[in-house]
Amino acid sequence: MAAIYSLYIINKSGGLIFYKDYGSSGRMDTNDSLRVASLWHSMHAISQQLSPVAGCLGIELLEADTFDLHCFQSLTGTKFFVVSEPGTPHMDGLLKVIYELYTDYVLKNPFYEMEMPIRCELFDINLTQAIQKDRVALLGR
Amino acid sequence: MQFFGGSEISPSPPAPTALGNNAHMMYVFNRSGVCLLYREWNRPLHTLNAQQDHKLMFGLLFSLKSLTAKMDPTSAEKGNLGVPQLPGQGCSFHSFRTNTYKLSFMESPSGIKIILVTHPRTGDLRDSLNHIYNLYVEYVVRNPLYSAGTPIRCELFNTTLDQYVRSIA
Repeated sequence: MAAIYSLYIINKSGGLIFYKDYGSSGRMDTNDSLRVASLWHSMHAISQQLSPVAGCLGIELLEADTFDLHCFQSLTGTKFFVVSEPGTPHMDGLLKVIYELYTDYVLKNPFYEMEMPIRCELFDINLTQAIQKDRVALLGR
Repeated sequence: MQFFGGSEISPSPPAPTALGNNAHMMYVFNRSGVCLLYREWNRPLHTLNAQQDHKLMFGLLFSLKSLTAKMDPTSAEKGNLGVPQLPGQGCSFHSFRTNTYKLSFMESPSGIKIILVTHPRTGDLRDSLNHIYNLYVEYVVRNPLYSAGTPIRCELFNTTLDQYVRSIA
């Protein structure tokens, strides 16, 4: 049983630059993941317009019937979001860790072009480790 | 999805989740997207005019529902993104939270959508929304002067609603 179902990273214009599935049933094909990512980008923006109070930064947590979606937006507009089981704790912390990995292994990679899909081996390796660690931590409790 | 068929209002409404008056606003939509009711208690910021605001809210809920139906990681057969779905069909959502507000959402089997916007640290409001739905059935649907699909103008419903919302949020 996976605690984390999938991870998405979208650039500041809503394009999907990274998608990884960790065992959800009925895996989404590439076109669908692109559509879902850009749909989330616009929903995030609309939620800011509907805020009753000034200073809204968009959706942080969406609680659906069968999953939770946690979203983190960096200052530059890159959005990271994970789909997890309902009620999974510490997802905000995990998103921060993933952001750190992104800055270390993607942004500092001289061959990486900004806003383009992420293809960095080191990022993949470290990400897998971070997610594994998170799962072990979950199992340990 | 649970059906809330009880003929009378549940005698004891769900216990309050937080104290104080921190409900911002509430919307009721019917299944075709007509805003039947809009109540506002505490809303300092207006970005759009009322009609545009209602349309945007309905659009957000509609799209978020198609997003959750497509994303649902537990079912294998999800259909295409954006295919219209009947109320209760597909994976829906019950709330989302931003840094400034929390939106709780409920859809009845007949497609009535109830949306309550509260302070971001409010707890789970699913039972409270069911209670509000029961109030709607009691005071609006059973009002002989009310015709379905028209904006709600029932004094009694508004006062009971105000009272109840003040007690929960």
